[in-house]
Amino acid sequence: MTIVYMDNNATTKVAQEVVEEMLPYFTEFYGNPSSMHSFGGQVGKKVVEARQRIASLLGCTPDEIVFTSCGTESDNAAIRGVLESAGARRKIITSRIEHPAVLSTCRQLEAHGYMIVEIGVDKQGRLNLDELKDSVDENTALVTIMHANNETGVIFPIEEIAQLAKSKGVVFHTDAVQTVGKIPVNLKDSAIDLLSLSGHKLHGPKGVGVLYVRKGTRLTPFMVGGHQESGKRAGTENVPGIIALGKACQLAEQNIVHENTVVKDLRDRLEKKILETCTDSFVNGDTENRLPNTSNISFEFIEGESILMMLDMYGICASSGSACTSGSLEPSHVMRAMGVPFTAAHGSIRYSLSRYTTQQEVDFVAEKMPAIVNRLRELSPFVKT
Amino acid sequence: MWDYTDDVMDHFLKPRNVGYIEDADGVGEVGSLACGDALTFTFKLGDDGTIADAKFKTFGCASAVASSSVLTELVKGMTIEEAEKVTNDDIVDKLGGLPDQKMHCSVMGQEALEAAIANYRNKGKAVTPKEGKIICTCFGVTEEEIRKVVTEHGLTKAEQVTNFCKAGGGCGGCIGDIEKIIEEVQGAKAETAHTAAPVRPAKLTNIQKIQLVQQTINEQIRPALRADGGDIDLIDVDGNKVIVAFRGMCSQCKMAEFTMRDVVQARLKEFVSEDLVVEEEGKEDQHGGIK
Repeated sequence: MTIVYMDNNATTKVAQEVVEEMLPYFTEFYGNPSSMHSFGGQVGKKVVEARQRIASLLGCTPDEIVFTSCGTESDNAAIRGVLESAGARRKIITSRIEHPAVLSTCRQLEAHGYMIVEIGVDKQGRLNLDELKDSVDENTALVTIMHANNETGVIFPIEEIAQLAKSKGVVFHTDAVQTVGKIPVNLKDSAIDLLSLSGHKLHGPKGVGVLYVRKGTRLTPFMVGGHQESGKRAGTENVPGIIALGKACQLAEQNIVHENTVVKDLRDRLEKKILETCTDSFVNGDTENRLPNTSNISFEFIEGESILMMLDMYGICASSGSACTSGSLEPSHVMRAMGVPFTAAHGSIRYSLSRYTTQQEVDFVAEKMPAIVNRLRELSPFVKT
Repeated sequence: MWDYTDDVMDHFLKPRNVGYIEDADGVGEVGSLACGDALTFTFKLGDDGTIADAKFKTFGCASAVASSSVLTELVKGMTIEEAEKVTNDDIVDKLGGLPDQKMHCSVMGQEALEAAIANYRNKGKAVTPKEGKIICTCFGVTEEEIRKVVTEHGLTKAEQVTNFCKAGGGCGGCIGDIEKIIEEVQGAKAETAHTAAPVRPAKLTNIQKIQLVQQTINEQIRPALRADGGDIDLIDVDGNKVIVAFRGMCSQCKMAEFTMRDVVQARLKEFVSEDLVVEEEGKEDQHGGIK
């Protein structure tokens, strides 16, 4: 069965060019970049190139790039590293709709005596900026707010938030795992101190990530040992992963216009068709400020896992904010924070496209949806026929 | 991705007996939109007194739909007395098994059947809403319902109760109450979250004991107290008597006695030795130790 992959916010296909770039570094050029011989040294040069490619995409300098093993490690390193250097400041400000990599880290720190403030969102998933402004004070060590939400695709005004934090002498971190490669990020004229990104979300491999650390940001290393990454992150470099991520970032830079034109149009086409053909359905999240590839649609009176299972029969891959898909019994924390009614939160489906998505695929999914929705509504006791 | 059996997928994709019998003899409605699954089950008796027709409507995941579908097949041809004996285990068996976390789907089937039979016996009158103390406020599960799944399925852990009836699966605030119910029903068989056998050294020299006490205080106790602005110092170890002093906020805290018993003594017993008794410096005589 042909797979129609619309779950690119979960993970992406590794680009063929990326695979080709990384493969020789497993068996042919397997040296350690820290070695004193030229066999290892040539690998080190390739790592430098990767660093430059990533810096180019982000608009920063190569020495501000710290390689990690994933987005979650970057988030942990940023949050814990800032707190260790924060002296007497004991407060962290974050949001209710962060990824668990940030939210669970903060909640664990709460048990160690830190005060956590979780900023709420409105019905469109937009951050309550007034609440944020009121919360930042001289006891605040860190503000960590994601660049865009993974479930709804809603983009937050992180530059404004970074400036606010800066004005109070507070470090600002953003989890940009969902945005890098999808929308332009330019750290050159930014007040962002720390930024996390992940390789496998932008057509790179799993197992490699980056923490951007602005020069002058006080950060205690999360992982200690050898002197790799200028002492900011110990551990032998994941060389093939790093080279792959460098290539993926180079491709992302070339494709950023494509993402915001072609992919966006395909997303809009899918959304429009589904909303037209499926009754009692609506988009979750602020459609004005949204990732170009993401659409989160709620189908009332039916349950998300059932929809996913039906889509799966056609080889279509998507995600749901329903309780059942997570194994927990409550719908997603993002849907709940937004106040999406239970009737609709359980039936929310996220479609996330990529530069590999075709119009035929979009039309195929749009064509299958009404029958699936109607079929499940026939089963639903909440739909009176 | 859930590991569903072929039978579950078959009943989900080709559900049997979907619908609502307008002139039903019994109607059972359980669950709600908020809970994430809901089932309306109706049946009609034939002239011979057996269930001639049964239909369902379900909002929920694949296993909820499959459980409902299989239930309608199970009860057709049964007398009311026979149908009364149908349990969620029969539903699970017929489906070739369900994932642990999805057991509540089959329980919902059984509950809908029970509700429909009660409705039939009450001659169509609405069945009184559930009685008894609500334990799980997130999913509205009563003490009686929890007791029932614990008894019927021999459950010994709160996690299993969540799998069967959802109680405890929301905020988790009622886990302690659920564990109490399990203890009442199962006695010694009950497994509370904290009773996993701690790994403790079998025999300790005095030096080892003192070092382990100090290490436990440093790693397991001090961070918890510091979180509240307090601190603790190890003063002496005399046989099995550990003498400590509270510092900072702890020294003025009215709750210090509970901290002593529930944190300090409990952790030392867990990580060092069950025989330890902890006393606060200068209060040895007043308290005579906390037993």
